[in-house]
Amino acid sequence: MDVLKPQASIQERWSDALAHRFHINRFQLSKLLFVYLSLLPILALFAFLRLVPITSSFQLSFFQSNLINPANKFIGLDNFQELLQDKLFILAIRNTTLFAIAGVLFSILIALGLAVLLAKRSRLGGLYETIYFLPVITPWVAVSVIWKWIYDPSYGLLNYILSWFGIKPIGWLIDPNIALIAVIILAVWKSIGYNMIILLVGIRDIPEVYYEAAQLDGANGWGLFRYITLPLLRPILLFVAIVSTINAYNVFTPVYIMTTGSQGAQGNAVRTLVFDIYENAFRYFKWGYASAEAVSLFLIVLLLTIIQFRLGRSSESV
Amino acid sequence: MKQAATLARPTSSNVPVLRIGAHLILLFGAIIMVLPFLWIIATSLKPPPEVIAFPPTFIPKEPTFNNFVEVFQRAPFPRFFLNSLIVSTIATVSVVFTSTLAGYVFAKYQFPGRNLLFLLVLATAMVPFETYMIPLYLEMKQVSLINTYPALVAPELIMSFGIFLMRQTIIASLPDELLDAARIDGASEWRIFRQIVIPLMSSAMGALAIFAFLSSWGAFIWPLLITSSRDLWTMELGLGMFQFRFTVDYGPIAAGSLISLLPILLVFLVLRRNIIRGITLTGLKG
Repeated sequence: MDVLKPQASIQERWSDALAHRFHINRFQLSKLLFVYLSLLPILALFAFLRLVPITSSFQLSFFQSNLINPANKFIGLDNFQELLQDKLFILAIRNTTLFAIAGVLFSILIALGLAVLLAKRSRLGGLYETIYFLPVITPWVAVSVIWKWIYDPSYGLLNYILSWFGIKPIGWLIDPNIALIAVIILAVWKSIGYNMIILLVGIRDIPEVYYEAAQLDGANGWGLFRYITLPLLRPILLFVAIVSTINAYNVFTPVYIMTTGSQGAQGNAVRTLVFDIYENAFRYFKWGYASAEAVSLFLIVLLLTIIQFRLGRSSESV
Repeated sequence: MKQAATLARPTSSNVPVLRIGAHLILLFGAIIMVLPFLWIIATSLKPPPEVIAFPPTFIPKEPTFNNFVEVFQRAPFPRFFLNSLIVSTIATVSVVFTSTLAGYVFAKYQFPGRNLLFLLVLATAMVPFETYMIPLYLEMKQVSLINTYPALVAPELIMSFGIFLMRQTIIASLPDELLDAARIDGASEWRIFRQIVIPLMSSAMGALAIFAFLSSWGAFIWPLLITSSRDLWTMELGLGMFQFRFTVDYGPIAAGSLISLLPILLVFLVLRRNIIRGITLTGLKG
């Protein structure tokens, strides 16, 4: 309708002039204006909330901090050198790696088994999917609080159930040798549903003809799984494994909830990387040093992401 | 067709004994999945002596709602709840709007710098929040926003992954002809976005909204860092902090946990199909 208006508005005259200046027509100009005007505020938020902090993290890792100034003195790679000698940092890396590998491995193995059992659509299938997904959707704080209570050595549910089988009470969170295992069990419980659903979609996407062909060749249950399901599921298994590992390296909330307070785990039994970063930055105000740890975490995640891309590409070309 | 197609899967489904075995395993797993929830419901309904009774009871002998009353007296949970609701709502609206707009622009317009900007957005999607929370905190300190609502909600306002998701959806499902026809009719670019793109993308926007809401509701480490006064605590942070004060006294904290879970469980049970499908789709593309 606006086009038919006899007299051009100021805006229109303006845009005509601009369009003329840049040798494009009015349609193209209004498109470009729309693009930049709408992206500008969004990208500004991006810069402020993502790009600047990410780059500053690297920058800050080369600095020594004092109470007033986070970037007090440029010290090159000294923070990183100090990290290599920091017993707590090494412990945190070790704990986080154990947590990630064991947690991801068990979660995926169990999830794979369940996905295979669920692959055939049945009336109860949807119900199972919902139930297994319940822990995935539940926020970390609540599940950590619940499990802390389940792990309670004297009144907890877990020790009670184990007592049916004659197992003596275990100090799940109190015993430093077991505390990490306790957090791993919680993480496995929480992540099985996610892995299961993704693997389930993958299994259901495998074309039926492969199974039929293999069956004609005499393959049965285990053979079909070993030679059809597993190889064809490989890219998805890799995807799930790496995404879960990245998530696991960032674990913080359950560790925080379970280690603090009187029934919590003692000392450094479950100190993880992000927990160590948190303490160094927000308790001891060693911003630069903690940033060097954050950069280490970034590099671990980057490495995992690169592996994922590489493997993803090679398995696509097969 | 799918139904028939899945018959030959190696699910042991063709042998009755194995099928029962499969169901037993699934059932056993399902019990382990729900048991902690049932346990916390039971605990929340028990009077103090029964909470620490050994052997524990699965069904409270004298169910009581006292724990719910007590947790409200001892901790300002309504305030935490309101804070979470405010933060999550603002975050959700912002993520859905910015992701749809930016996703649409990246999908349907040619302009200088497009690929570079999109690559930048995509690259930040892979960087975990924990790796840049320190500079973000210092940034907020510089602009004097520590312990304020704007800082509390800030990191949740945009979602790199949301932009990626909306761009893919729009490329796949919004034909150029539709947009060009509207242009010929004289509609402005902004009006095309409002009146054509938004209505047609509403289901994808809905999926993204659920995702954004759940993720900001569950946030813990950022609220922990950025707030110092209890008035700003979210439900998650409040629960996390108050659990230290109810040590052996687990009844009220069980009630608090349940209250914190209520909106999430409600959203999940109503929209479970969309959530499961949405998360697997986004997960697979992530």
